[in-house]
Amino acid sequence: MSNAALNHSTVPRKLRRSRAARARLAADSGFVVIISIVMAFLYVPIAILVIFSFNDNRSLTWPPSGFTLNWYEKLFNNDQLLVAIGNSFYVAGCSTALTLLVGVPAAMALHRYRFPGKTVFRRLLLLPIALPGIVTGISMLNMFKMFGFNLSLETVIVGHATALLAVVVTQVFARLQRLPKSLAEASSDLGANPFQTFIHVTLPNIRTALLGAGLLSFVLSFDEIPVTFFLTGRDNTLPMYIYSTMRRGVTPEINAVGTLIVFTSLILITISVVFTARDWTGRK
Amino acid sequence: MMSQAFFARHAGKLVLGIPILWIILFMLVPYGVLLTYSFWLKKYPLFVPAFQFGNYWTLLSDPQYIKVLLRTLKIAALVSAASLLLAYPFAYYLVFRLKNTTMRLILFMAVIAPLWISYLLRAYVWKTILGTEGILNSFLMSIGMIDEPSGIFLYNQFAMVLTLTYIFIPFMVMPIYTALEKIPPSFSEASADLGMSDFQTFLKVTLPLSMPGVVAGFTMTFCLSFGDFIAPFLVGGPDGQMVANVMASQFGSALNWPLGSALAVVMLIIVLSIISLSDWFEQSGKVEL
Repeated sequence: MSNAALNHSTVPRKLRRSRAARARLAADSGFVVIISIVMAFLYVPIAILVIFSFNDNRSLTWPPSGFTLNWYEKLFNNDQLLVAIGNSFYVAGCSTALTLLVGVPAAMALHRYRFPGKTVFRRLLLLPIALPGIVTGISMLNMFKMFGFNLSLETVIVGHATALLAVVVTQVFARLQRLPKSLAEASSDLGANPFQTFIHVTLPNIRTALLGAGLLSFVLSFDEIPVTFFLTGRDNTLPMYIYSTMRRGVTPEINAVGTLIVFTSLILITISVVFTARDWTGRK
Repeated sequence: MMSQAFFARHAGKLVLGIPILWIILFMLVPYGVLLTYSFWLKKYPLFVPAFQFGNYWTLLSDPQYIKVLLRTLKIAALVSAASLLLAYPFAYYLVFRLKNTTMRLILFMAVIAPLWISYLLRAYVWKTILGTEGILNSFLMSIGMIDEPSGIFLYNQFAMVLTLTYIFIPFMVMPIYTALEKIPPSFSEASADLGMSDFQTFLKVTLPLSMPGVVAGFTMTFCLSFGDFIAPFLVGGPDGQMVANVMASQFGSALNWPLGSALAVVMLIIVLSIISLSDWFEQSGKVEL
């Protein structure tokens, strides 16, 4: 095809165009097949999870035999589960607040300042994105034991905040990079000190990024297992409770909890999309 | 306000100080303690301070640890490869072929959304699908493809690769999508004007320019599946134990923290090497757009 220009005289224009169009059509249908496979791969299991939470049989076999809300009723009478949910809210709330408190300054430092050791600083901050949670969990467990701290929900909070710091830093940093420099410059020209500039100029502009990062780290913390596994004391978080029930086998109650989690997640995703959609459409 | 004046004067120090303090307290100190523990001795029922390489020597000389390590590397590589094969065409279609921006946003969000849905449940659901009394078996029986439940689906390495791919594929789609989106459309237009076919344009222009995304995606899926211990626990079976499972058992039933710490140090070193390698690769292949 590299001499397409030379082909002008030999192949009628219309034919060439239709051949290219056909190739494109074939490629596009190939793509549609792949998109469908990926979507089915991602969503059929979730659909199965939801469907079997309403099935009136204890065993999870196809086809579902009948409809029941029995498993949900059992959930709401399960005290251990309700306590675990409460614990998870406490842990996710505190660790989100902590990650924002540490992550936002960290992102600003990466964005604004030049200082010796910045590369190491950045590397360490972002390490937990690719570092399996088990390493964070085990190293912190070792530290807490060595210095004589007892394990509790608070040690879990510190662990989560550390593991999730990278999430907040990347999201906030990406937003800061897209802000025009002139904004902060104008603010300081008008006599604002760095703190005032941050409160009145930077903060309102990164608000949606903060919300998105906060929501994401809340959800990830709510859902976290590898760090929690090593750092929790006698108290269970929701995923740890589910995990301990799973050891005893597969039950529709787990599907029912799972379905509730799926729908809560969907609501949170929608919120975050609504808040960030504006930035999205403006991107290209 | 006094506090405001205080913040104003010390803003720079706070902005840098808080994260540095956090990193030191909760990353550097724990890693240091981890390293220290890895040299200790286990003297039942206690661990005693020592400086010896016995734990590392055990990891090297006992073939079961090498075997688990190689298996884990293999599974992580298969998971990354499978994710790449699905994620690349997906992201490519979204960025270059799909003209409808709303549809593009919806499909992109649809791939990212599972990250928000409990990771534990996403591993668990495959256990319910693939099990002997699971949904796949009963489905195949109900349509008459098999006569009795088969045990071949669950508790093997295939089940693990499938489950881990399912869990970590968003981490492959995101960086590839971002990399493809950065390529200006004018590049492929120019390539087409010069008489290149779509496929040639892809090979010579798009693919090389998207390599940083591929490398980033590969790094993340590889490292995360390398360190996973929940999926192997749920769907892996006896032949599917990975390094992280062995590590977790040293802190549980096997009760050998020093050995477990040595394993964690090995994992930390492997992950750090992969990240450095991918950073180097990204830097060396960088093209300013």
